[in-house]
Amino acid sequence: MSSLRLTALDALHRALGATMTDFAGWDMPLRYGSEREEHLAVRTKAGLFDLSHMGEITVTGPQAGEMLDHALVGFVSALGVLRARYTMICAEDGGILDDLIVYRLREDAFLVVANASNAQLVLDELIARAKGFDAVVTDDRDTYALIAVQGPESTAILAGTTDADLPGLKYYAILPAQVAGREVLLARTGYTGEDGFEIFCRPADAEEIWQALTAAGEGRGLVPCGLSCRDTLRLEAGMPLYGHELSTDLTPFDAGLGRVVRFDKTTNEGAFVGRKALEQAAAAAEANPPRVLVGLVSEGKRVPRAEYTVVSADGAPIGRITSGAPSPTLGQPIAMAYVDAAHAAPGSTVAVDVRGKHEPVRVVALPFYKRAR
Amino acid sequence: MSNPEHLKYTEEHEWLTDAEDGVSTIGITEHAATALGDIVYVQLPEVGDEVTAGETCGELESTKSVSDLYSPVTGEVVEINQDVLDNNGLVNDAPFEGGWLFKVRVASTGKLLSADEYNAFIKA
Repeated sequence: MSSLRLTALDALHRALGATMTDFAGWDMPLRYGSEREEHLAVRTKAGLFDLSHMGEITVTGPQAGEMLDHALVGFVSALGVLRARYTMICAEDGGILDDLIVYRLREDAFLVVANASNAQLVLDELIARAKGFDAVVTDDRDTYALIAVQGPESTAILAGTTDADLPGLKYYAILPAQVAGREVLLARTGYTGEDGFEIFCRPADAEEIWQALTAAGEGRGLVPCGLSCRDTLRLEAGMPLYGHELSTDLTPFDAGLGRVVRFDKTTNEGAFVGRKALEQAAAAAEANPPRVLVGLVSEGKRVPRAEYTVVSADGAPIGRITSGAPSPTLGQPIAMAYVDAAHAAPGSTVAVDVRGKHEPVRVVALPFYKRAR
Repeated sequence: MSNPEHLKYTEEHEWLTDAEDGVSTIGITEHAATALGDIVYVQLPEVGDEVTAGETCGELESTKSVSDLYSPVTGEVVEINQDVLDNNGLVNDAPFEGGWLFKVRVASTGKLLSADEYNAFIKA
C-alpha cells in the first residue's frame, strides 16, 4: 500500500472515529457517523469539513491577471480585489483540465484552488503558461490547510471565533481575518448549496481553529462532516465534479457551462489557451446541441450510479449517468446524466439500466435543491 | 465493536445463529454495516426460495456502493425481516439484532468462522 498524505487534522479525525478513505492520494474522512445525518445537518444547521486536500496555487506579479486571462477561460483580470470566481482551465483542444475557484487577494496576487486530483497538472500547466509573463506561479499546497463551515448556522458559529465583518463578506468574496486568533484567509464559498465559509489557514493552526469552531458550534447543531456527504450535498445542488460531469473529453459547452468561457476578454488581444477550439465548440453547441447534462429522479429505491446507461422507453441507449446517490433531502435517488438532446426536456420519462433492470426515472431541471434565501 | 461469541461468521461478513429447530437467522456484521455506510436499499430472497451457501441471494445498497448479499447456508428461506425492508437503517443501527435479514431451514452450511476467527479475519 502506498503511503497516503495526511492532513494537519489527521489525529483529530481518528480521535473522532472517522472512517477514512483514499481520495486523490490523501487519507481523508469519508464520514464520522451516518453520512445521511451529516448531510441533513449541513442543510438545517451546520457542518465542519477538512478540505486540506484541495490544491492551492498562488500567482503573483505585475502581469498575474493577464497571465491567468491567458491560461484560464475566465476574465480573471476583471475580478475585483477580494472577490472570487468559478472558472476552468482547458487544453488547446478545448477539453476541460480542471474546474477552479480563483480568488483575487491583491491587485497583483491571485489564489487558484484546484481539485486535489488535478492539482499537480494545473500547477505544471500554469507554470508552463506563465512563460513570457511577468508573473510567478507558486505551489502553495503545503502552505494552507482548508477548513469549511457550511450550513445556515455557519455565520453564527463563525462569529463566535472571529471579529471579522461577516455580514460584509459577500458570497464569492474573501478577506484576510483572524479566526481563533490565527491569521487566515476567510472566504464565503463552498460546495454544498448552502451559505458557508472556507478558511485557508496555516497547517500548524488548523487544529486550534477546528477546535474553536467545534466549541462555537456547540448548541447550534454543528457536526463534523466527511467527503461522502460533501458529494451528496454538491449533487443535490447540481454542482459538477471533475472526473464525473467534467473531463478532458468535454468542453465547458458540452457540460452546459459555456458561460464560464469569456470570449469578451480584452487582455492579450483576447487570445487564451483553447480559444479557437472553444469557439468551434460554442458554435456546435448552438447549431447541433450535443448530449445535455440533466437531472434524473427515480421513484424507486435503487440508485442510478455513475457509468450506468440511460435508456429510452423502448430500451435504446440515450445517455450515461455521471453521478448518482440517494438524496437525503428529497428522499429519493437522484442522478446527473448526459442524455441525447431529444430526451432532455424536464418532465420526460426515461429509464436507467440498473444492473440489467430498467428503472424508470424522471428528467428534471438542475439543481435538485436550492436553498431559500 | 464486538462480534458476539455465540454467532458464526463468513468471510463475506454475514453472521448466523446456530440452528434452532433446524432454522438459522442470518444478517450482516457490524463491520460490514460500518464499511458500507448508510444502507438505502435492501433486496432479500423471498420466503420459499432455495438459497445456496456461498451464492448471492440479495443486494444491499448504501450511499456509496452496491454489495451482493451471500447466503452462508444452503436451504429454504422460511422468513424475511419485513422491518428491515421498511426501515433499512436497522441494518446500521442494530446489525446483530433488529437488523437481521432472513431465516433459513438449513440443509448444509458453507465455510463458517468462529467469532475469534472472524475477528482475526477482519484485522488481517
